[in-house]
Amino acid sequence: MDGVHDLGGMQNMGAVQLPEPNEPVFHEPWEARIFAIGALCQSRLTGANLDAFRFAIDRTPPDEYLALPYYNRWLRMAETLLTETGVLAPGAIDARVRRRLGERVAEPPAPEPNKPDYKATGPGSLRQVDDPPRFAAGQRVRTVDLQTSGHTRLPRYVRRREGVVDRVQPAMVLPDTNAHFIAENPQHVYSVRFDSTELWGPEAERFTTCVDLYESYLEAV
Amino acid sequence: MAIQTRTEESFTPAMRTEALEDILTERGLVDPKVLAGLIKNFEENVGPMNGARVVARAWVDPEFRARLLADATAASAELGYKGAQGECIVALENTDRVHHVVVCTLCSCYPWPLLGLPPGWYKDPAYRARVVREPRTVLAEFGLTLGAGVEVRVWDSTAEVRYLVLPQRPAGTEGLTEEELAALVTRDAMVGIASVAAPRR
Repeated sequence: MDGVHDLGGMQNMGAVQLPEPNEPVFHEPWEARIFAIGALCQSRLTGANLDAFRFAIDRTPPDEYLALPYYNRWLRMAETLLTETGVLAPGAIDARVRRRLGERVAEPPAPEPNKPDYKATGPGSLRQVDDPPRFAAGQRVRTVDLQTSGHTRLPRYVRRREGVVDRVQPAMVLPDTNAHFIAENPQHVYSVRFDSTELWGPEAERFTTCVDLYESYLEAV
Repeated sequence: MAIQTRTEESFTPAMRTEALEDILTERGLVDPKVLAGLIKNFEENVGPMNGARVVARAWVDPEFRARLLADATAASAELGYKGAQGECIVALENTDRVHHVVVCTLCSCYPWPLLGLPPGWYKDPAYRARVVREPRTVLAEFGLTLGAGVEVRVWDSTAEVRYLVLPQRPAGTEGLTEEELAALVTRDAMVGIASVAAPRR
């Protein structure tokens, strides 16, 4: 999905936020609570996986994504996963807020659970893949023109670009299918090094960027 | 794809989080004690002090340094650091000629077992957008000016690899113990937006 979360290379973003001296892990109690609820939302509460969790964060409304505190995205993620899997009815949170404020509103009843019928084949995201890696360190590769309204970890700024495989990483579950409970489809992963001029043109600062890309995002040059 | 319903603008994330916890607790789906335990762990046990111990060990023990650069997941586990968001850790060594800096442009992936939860600046849209486009300018904004001869390498954590920058050991620290060295290492140096300063005398 070409969403607001895919930020790499956006311009006119203003100055970076400078490190806050002695920054606490959580700034306010609600941030800690939604972090913990969010952590439980994956798998245990909703049957969702890490990639479904990220795709739910990606779908935070863009104005909220940019303007509200970071943990608001976790709140949106929790609400999305809990309603999509039938743990919570749409509108249940707002109705409860109103009741806590003393309003006499009806709360929607808990819906029929709709957890995905899907099981991980192992812990975490690393998997064994029997086929050898298609690409080797030092090889030139090109990223595909991937267009999807679903989840992907191929950022916009490196689509249709040429780079060099810096190193081959362990094989991992493919987020693009796993996030939608279609299949784990594990693939080899490559750290692909791009020259700044390939990404941003001849006037760019001189540097390289390594991006970790799944095998199906790449083709041989 | 479902479009998010708008919520009342006057309902803050704090109010909505409390309401959500209320519902889930009432239905027996979460236990406030379990939530408190999770929070306490990330406030007290998991944080940049872990990564700092790894860096200090690498500075004093060349064999550990070699193991860290070859397989940082296993080397970190030697010191007891492993778990969620640390399945595959790669250490990147800064030198006089190469400077590494880490980002996650798509969300805020970060090596939790070594550095804990990410700080505000790492999650901020401006950092995520700009460091892959103008890293030298971004680093200068953080107060780190690199010489023209230093090669800048940016690492975008788009899969499940998590990166730890192994900063350069500052001059004048030859007599320090491993513990004293660990106290010098900052979170920001292990992400690559700062260098490690020599101790004040």
